[in-house]
Amino acid sequence: MTAPTSLGKPEPEATKAEPVLSVRNLVKHFPVRSRGLVRRKIGDVHAVCDVSFDLNERETLGLVGESGCGKTTTGRVLLNLVKATSGQVMYQGKDLTKMSASDMRPLRRDLQIVFQDPFASLDPRMTINEIVAEPLRIHGQYGSSEKGRGQVRELLRTVGLNPEHGNRYAHEFSGGQRQRIGIARALALRPKVLVLDEPVSALDVSIQAGVINLLEDLQAELGLSYLFISHDLSVIRHIADRVAVMYLGRIVETAPVEQLFRTAAHPYTQALISAIPLPDPQKERTRKRILLTGDVPSPVNPPSGCRFRSRCPKFANELSEGERQKCVNEVPALVDRGEGHRSACHYAEAMKLI
Amino acid sequence: MSDIQSPPVPKAPVPAGSTEREFTVKERTQWQIVVRRFLRHRLAVVSLIVLILLILLAYIGPLVWIHKLEDLDSPTDIMISASNPMGTDSLGHDMFARVLRGMQQSIKVAVIVAVLSTGIGAPYGAIAGYFGGRVDTILMRICDVLLTLPLLLVAGALVTGRGGSVLTVALVLGLLGWVVNARVVRGVVLSLREQEFIEAAKALGAGTFRIVFNHLLPNATGAIIVQATLDIAAAILAESALSFVGLGVQPPDTSLGVLVNDARSAVETRPWLFYWPGIMIILIALTISFIGDGLRDAFDPRQMRQRR
Amino acid sequence: MLAYTIRRILVAIPVLLVASMIVFTLTLFTGDPVEEKYAGRNPPVPQQTINLERERLGLDKPVVVQYVTWLKNLVTKGDFGPSIESTRDIGGELGKRIFVTLRLIFFAIVLALVLAIISGVLSATRQYSKLDYTFTFLGFIFLAMPAFWVAVLLKQGALQYNEATGTRTFFTIGERSVETEPGLFNAFADIFGHMILPTISLALITYAAWSRFQRSSMLEVLNSDYVRLARAKGLSPRKVLVRHALRTALIPMTTVSALGIAQLIGGAVITETVFQWNGMGSYLITSIATRDRYAVMGWLLVAGIFIVVGNLVADLLYGILDPRIRYE
Repeated sequence: MTAPTSLGKPEPEATKAEPVLSVRNLVKHFPVRSRGLVRRKIGDVHAVCDVSFDLNERETLGLVGESGCGKTTTGRVLLNLVKATSGQVMYQGKDLTKMSASDMRPLRRDLQIVFQDPFASLDPRMTINEIVAEPLRIHGQYGSSEKGRGQVRELLRTVGLNPEHGNRYAHEFSGGQRQRIGIARALALRPKVLVLDEPVSALDVSIQAGVINLLEDLQAELGLSYLFISHDLSVIRHIADRVAVMYLGRIVETAPVEQLFRTAAHPYTQALISAIPLPDPQKERTRKRILLTGDVPSPVNPPSGCRFRSRCPKFANELSEGERQKCVNEVPALVDRGEGHRSACHYAEAMKLI
Repeated sequence: MSDIQSPPVPKAPVPAGSTEREFTVKERTQWQIVVRRFLRHRLAVVSLIVLILLILLAYIGPLVWIHKLEDLDSPTDIMISASNPMGTDSLGHDMFARVLRGMQQSIKVAVIVAVLSTGIGAPYGAIAGYFGGRVDTILMRICDVLLTLPLLLVAGALVTGRGGSVLTVALVLGLLGWVVNARVVRGVVLSLREQEFIEAAKALGAGTFRIVFNHLLPNATGAIIVQATLDIAAAILAESALSFVGLGVQPPDTSLGVLVNDARSAVETRPWLFYWPGIMIILIALTISFIGDGLRDAFDPRQMRQRR
Repeated sequence: MLAYTIRRILVAIPVLLVASMIVFTLTLFTGDPVEEKYAGRNPPVPQQTINLERERLGLDKPVVVQYVTWLKNLVTKGDFGPSIESTRDIGGELGKRIFVTLRLIFFAIVLALVLAIISGVLSATRQYSKLDYTFTFLGFIFLAMPAFWVAVLLKQGALQYNEATGTRTFFTIGERSVETEPGLFNAFADIFGHMILPTISLALITYAAWSRFQRSSMLEVLNSDYVRLARAKGLSPRKVLVRHALRTALIPMTTVSALGIAQLIGGAVITETVFQWNGMGSYLITSIATRDRYAVMGWLLVAGIFIVVGNLVADLLYGILDPRIRYE
């Protein structure tokens, strides 16, 4: 395999093909029950609110946001690991949210997930041969032990591990290696879509690079589509083709990756980008910093209209009273406001920050 | 941001200064690790040896011993002699032969109880813990009902109805005793179920059966085994307690508890009738407890090498 | 917390109901009580008497009716039903006996707690020392001893002591003497003298299991980060232990001892038998032996309530003492 390319992948052409996965108006609420004798529902945690996006073939869509913004939940709901409250997830013309567990099972071959925690996501009592073989066994693809073992060896080799170590247990490997095992397991059934839930967040920076490069190579070789969930913008910039930024359950901006980093339009995205450390000390000192005030509002009771308005520097400093009313009353739609990509702010204005 | 070249597959990337080195270490399976740690507990190992000797004594002893269970040819009421190392009773029974028989029966009961308790309790607890919610509540309430049933009563009912064979007593103890195993396993499963590898199994499409039997129960093995050994020890004691009140093994068969009960009034006059079976009970329960303790330490996952 | 308690109590009611039904069914298997009562009498009892007796005990009616009648009488009139011994009032009897047994259990639990905490804490703080091994060994030995063994041994020992010293320091029979010298002090001394042996006997068996528990809980706390911090702050080992470690380590003990009430009600049977106390345990044994169905049902109810209360208190205590646990 060749070494991966640097930043700035060539802009993907507008995909004329059908998206592999289509999410429309996805909503997930977790009920909050009262403390009392009869536990009635008194509210909802609005984890995911009206999220829509497409995932195209061979593309990496980055899903970014701070902790608690709903990106992990989105990933889980996408794969029907958590039941959606409403909305659609269309895959191959079928709506995944409406499917029962047994209906989902054959589709699980195509849609897999890699978890964040390399220590907890592998069964400590299984050898890694067994871990990687499990998906094959579940779906009846293990075949004779010769065939099955051969497949497992191949998978281990693909992720850069020595198949001779197959009889070892997960705890005998390092974090980076364990994550590779998780990837091998996810790849066993030759999926088309891989949801990667912060796959490198728990790893040392030096190991992160190895795993990211592996993921890129695999994508090129196997034609995978990735939904890459992360809070680390540097990683996203490296691997993603397009990015969606989430805040408090809603997507506030989507754009091809370089466009996002160079000309972010939504104040939240701008704040995030302005916080990325730059290696050049002079640039670092002279750059513009956008600081957010206040705390993240509770997802049980999100602000009306634009959810970001309680922390938005634009709202606080630049808008007139009349303009603010619009933020309070109207939910900003995720549309192109003249910047070449979509953002959810009534007063979106691209800013060059880095 | 800089690029980092990834080296050609299949060799794993080795950034400078990392501790991931390829060296041939003799791979050890989980069981080998456990056995090795168990062997470090001298007390547990000694207990294991003693227990094995006791079991051999109980099962092979009667085949080679000069007196048989029902022989009445020994002089009566002797404390100790060459041919009656544990003395005799007022009818001329050789107590050594009786104690051996008693050990056999007591051990039999205990093992059957442990198998029953674990066989019923472990899957039950795993299912209750895994499903949670309503299912868990109902299953646990059933356990509560069983807990309120007095052992004596169940024993009384079953023993009167079916006679006091080893199987009946084991049934009584097992039918009530599995609740503890279920509780223990449920506790383990409750903490396991939140771990990501269970979610991962679901994402792979694993069904409930596979998750319970291939993921949850194997990870609870330590707790299950420890509890099973505790069950054996408890069963030995419980059986003797039942026999003490006359609801255990019935004559003509005997068990250690029956022997002790029979000798209850003779504690002062013919103490050997009382002490020998009692000492055997204590020895068996003691060795099993030590072994259980050793096993618990050997299985402790906190001591499994986990470098974070 | 209140809501949790109420919910638990509400759930306990059907649990007890089902238990009572099961027990009722089981009593059917123990045989005919009237036969048992009049068996082997010479001259044989006339059929008339037998029939009357059966009627009094309601044995002539179908099983379901018997159960329902029992339940109805219990709930509406507090009547526990007729006993085999026609002069006995089950309710009153149980009332007296539960008090006797509770007395025994309560002090046994307190003693066992003290012993368990001391040996557990000492074992943990001086892990792997001679003291630790001694305590561990002792604990195991007591754990392996059947209840009656300890009781009988103590009884023997006490009798020897009494003989040797020529006094009646230890009483081995009953929970109080038939005649005592007048005076409150003498009454207490008498009760106390009777209580020592059985209490010690029960406590010794119980403390063994608890001390293992306390030891491992203590070890876990001592190895935790916040205790390490306390030591690093420079606090004396004593302060670290008392101020920081002990409180956390003691939490499981509270639940264990609350659960112990339930366990010991059944477990005190042996001790009561050996020392011939007139408590719940001996009542159950005689009731089963005489096939006194309603006595057994009454026993179950009273014991069942205490078990439920004991479990509930254990869970509540856990929720109160451990701020990480919150019940909704």
